[in-house]
Amino acid sequence: MNHRALPQENAAAVALLLATNPHALGGVILGGLPGPWRDSWLSGYRSLLDSEQPWKKVPVNIGDDRLLGGLDFAATIAAGRPMYATGVLEAANGGVLVLAMAERMRPLTASVISETMDSGRLQVERDGARRECDTHFSVVALDEGLEPDEKTPDGLAERLAFHVRLDQSPDMSELAQWTRSDLQRARRRINSIRIRQSLLEQFSQAAFAFGVSTLRAELFMLSVARTAAALSGRRAVTDEHAELAVRLVLPQRAQRLPQSPQDDVEAAPREDEEQEREQTPGKRDMPDDVLVDAVLASLPDKLLEQLALSATSSQRASGGRGGPATKSRLRGRPVGVVVEERPQGARLNILATLKAAAPWQSVRRGDSNTRRLRLRPEDLHINRYEDRVETTTIFVVDASGSQAAQRLAEVKGAIELLLNDCYVRRDQVALIAFRKEGADVLLEPTRALARVKRSLSALPGGGGTPLAAGLDAARAMALGLKRLGRVPAVVLMTDGRANIARDGSPGPDQAEVDARASARLFRVEGIESLLVDTSRRPKPRAQALANEMGATYIALPQADANRISTTVQRTLAA
Amino acid sequence: MFPFSAIVGQDDMKLALMIAAVDQSVGGVLLFGDRGTGKSTAIRALASLLPKMRAVVGCPYNSELGDEIDTPGVPDDKQRDRLVPVPVVDLPLGVTEDRVVGALDIEKALVHGEKAFEPGLLARANRGFLYIDEVNLLEDHIVDLLLDVAASGENVVEREGLSVRHPARFVLVGSGNPEEGELRPQLLDRFGLTVDVRTPVEIKQRVEVIKRRDAYEADREVFRKKWSRKDGVLRRQIVAARDIIDDVVVRDDILAKVAEICIALETDGSRGELTLLRASRALAALNGKTEVTEDHLRRTGPLALGHRLRRNPLDESSAVVRVDRVLAEVLAA
Repeated sequence: MNHRALPQENAAAVALLLATNPHALGGVILGGLPGPWRDSWLSGYRSLLDSEQPWKKVPVNIGDDRLLGGLDFAATIAAGRPMYATGVLEAANGGVLVLAMAERMRPLTASVISETMDSGRLQVERDGARRECDTHFSVVALDEGLEPDEKTPDGLAERLAFHVRLDQSPDMSELAQWTRSDLQRARRRINSIRIRQSLLEQFSQAAFAFGVSTLRAELFMLSVARTAAALSGRRAVTDEHAELAVRLVLPQRAQRLPQSPQDDVEAAPREDEEQEREQTPGKRDMPDDVLVDAVLASLPDKLLEQLALSATSSQRASGGRGGPATKSRLRGRPVGVVVEERPQGARLNILATLKAAAPWQSVRRGDSNTRRLRLRPEDLHINRYEDRVETTTIFVVDASGSQAAQRLAEVKGAIELLLNDCYVRRDQVALIAFRKEGADVLLEPTRALARVKRSLSALPGGGGTPLAAGLDAARAMALGLKRLGRVPAVVLMTDGRANIARDGSPGPDQAEVDARASARLFRVEGIESLLVDTSRRPKPRAQALANEMGATYIALPQADANRISTTVQRTLAA
Repeated sequence: MFPFSAIVGQDDMKLALMIAAVDQSVGGVLLFGDRGTGKSTAIRALASLLPKMRAVVGCPYNSELGDEIDTPGVPDDKQRDRLVPVPVVDLPLGVTEDRVVGALDIEKALVHGEKAFEPGLLARANRGFLYIDEVNLLEDHIVDLLLDVAASGENVVEREGLSVRHPARFVLVGSGNPEEGELRPQLLDRFGLTVDVRTPVEIKQRVEVIKRRDAYEADREVFRKKWSRKDGVLRRQIVAARDIIDDVVVRDDILAKVAEICIALETDGSRGELTLLRASRALAALNGKTEVTEDHLRRTGPLALGHRLRRNPLDESSAVVRVDRVLAEVLAA
């Protein structure tokens, strides 16, 4: 058998591998804005598929009825009995599901897709009907996220072997050498490709070295290596294929850089207990250097930086995007259906409409023989939804030297009590501190309140007061959350004094000016905020700052946690 | 279906599911933890492990012969029963309320103008298992329905002019990833046992998982056959345990220990004690023992009590650690 080389470029290699073994590899996240590069990848990939394979685009706001299937209104009226339309997940069977703006996808939509991929079965229980069918598809997730928090939902990303970032025009020309029958031949051989036990162990070790805990990574590496070997006409996986597999699968999953064992304690992403567990094997199983180097070489610089950071700070945000989406008005808890003569932009509740119409059918049909349904405007019911709004409370703490140590302790105490409250409301919490030259995001929005407490107790005090930087960091985070459809609320704890300007230079005058300017933007952007004056005696300065921000003002001396908490709630309710 | 016995490691997860299979009154299992650890694989595998049960032919509620339930269309004296697999019903994401509780049969209503009840998922899950994957993503109004029915064992439908009640006793099995959001305490409380599922970190174990998964994907039939004997052993173990569970004795001093453990942990209500007791009894039966010992309490304690501790969002030590600490103190004395 003659041996063939796989495409040099990752983007092209990914297209080839995925087209050959779509079900084992799941799919790809295609990162980058729409444009010729993305189109070029997509058409290159499509050229490897059979023309009859479905290619189904899923818009970001797809409703469950179109995703899963449901009552077809027009057909039901025409037939006079319930008629069902298949959803996109079923229609994509044997082909490709293309997810538009995957970074904005509702968690629930992502979970439905993930679950269907896992089981290869679709089970629909909707609108008075039950349907079960097999469906297998691969996923191309078009991810246009620019910020770190804009990304394809974790649960779905986990099930897609590849992540291609289109930072340049992908060279897809090499794909022209591969015919569909080449792919078919390779596909038949994949399962018979042998692999050395030592390579499997190296996969696991490499995954461990980069802090990748999910076992799917290793399964993907195995599949990539086998598929590559089959395509290049080998009978067994060679080192080259193994390296390719690690290079394509691990970098996007990396949680940390390979460290010497004592650093592992810092690097582990979660609770202490897990750190202990993870640490132990690290000491004896140092991974194979070749594979680790392959991953290191293919990590983008930005990611490398992030990982290096996380290895020292141990404060990685949890990836979860919990709770129901708040963006769409078309989901949530149905609080009833209402009759409306001309539903505009609302979603018709087909089932309720049909039920309203059912008793009148024989009367309305009269002598007519047709089975067509007779609907009247008064039959039409539309859904009313009540969305639970998810709040994120951003605590911004002045940790500068002007906050006497004892004062800082009081502030910490107040926040801890407030956290209990956030817990009851299931709010997310974020923590920003400012001192010395700038502001630090100590904790991205999270529900793991124990981590907030830990960050808080580790919070050092001292240095200048860069109030403007603190305000800017809080505003940036609040705006980011708004983009995600959440409701941010900023709780600023300060005495209102500033002595470091936005550019980091000392001097109270410029610092005050900058702080005022930053504060004004809060009012402009309409960010709900609360200022807790932490000075020993309430000062007009903090009051003035609150006015600039459009914030509710409250002084800590009188502020027990209960009062702050009720004020927060009142501020939010407004 | 991946064979239950072929699952590598994850002893807690397997034990919790076995206990639920032996004694349904333990009240459900929640598997919470890392992605890609085979949580849903284990639950689906459990289905094929369960011994069959007798149910009335044509009954939408899988009722037993002699149960006083109206089986639509089947007169009482004509009822027959047969062996059927224990239902393991999936509650899929995106499910609508009408399909969970049952609703007016829309086809009959439109075409024939008839008012008929079409049973939902709760009916089908009666006497079996109801499985919710990604349980923390379930919409709140569906959760409310489940909470009510799981507590009463009965589904009451009053809608669209229908008035129907039918038994809905099922074992709730849920799985989820804590990163997707926490669970409402009321829902958490409905689960008898919880397991904190973690990814194996031993390289050897991980490689074994990959190898078995690989063998399974390569030829499912061959793989299933290879493991069918071991699955059979587990099935017989469940049957044997069910036979003797009513004879398992719990001595007074063990009862006192159970109470002492729950007091020390300040668990809310008496559900903790009951669950710990029942789970330990099921474990004893699984081991072929006719008496509950302290070892059984030690083994089932973290599963039965881990999620019942007074919620303190600021306590950093994990629940399992706290339970283990108390178990060590009480049982050593």
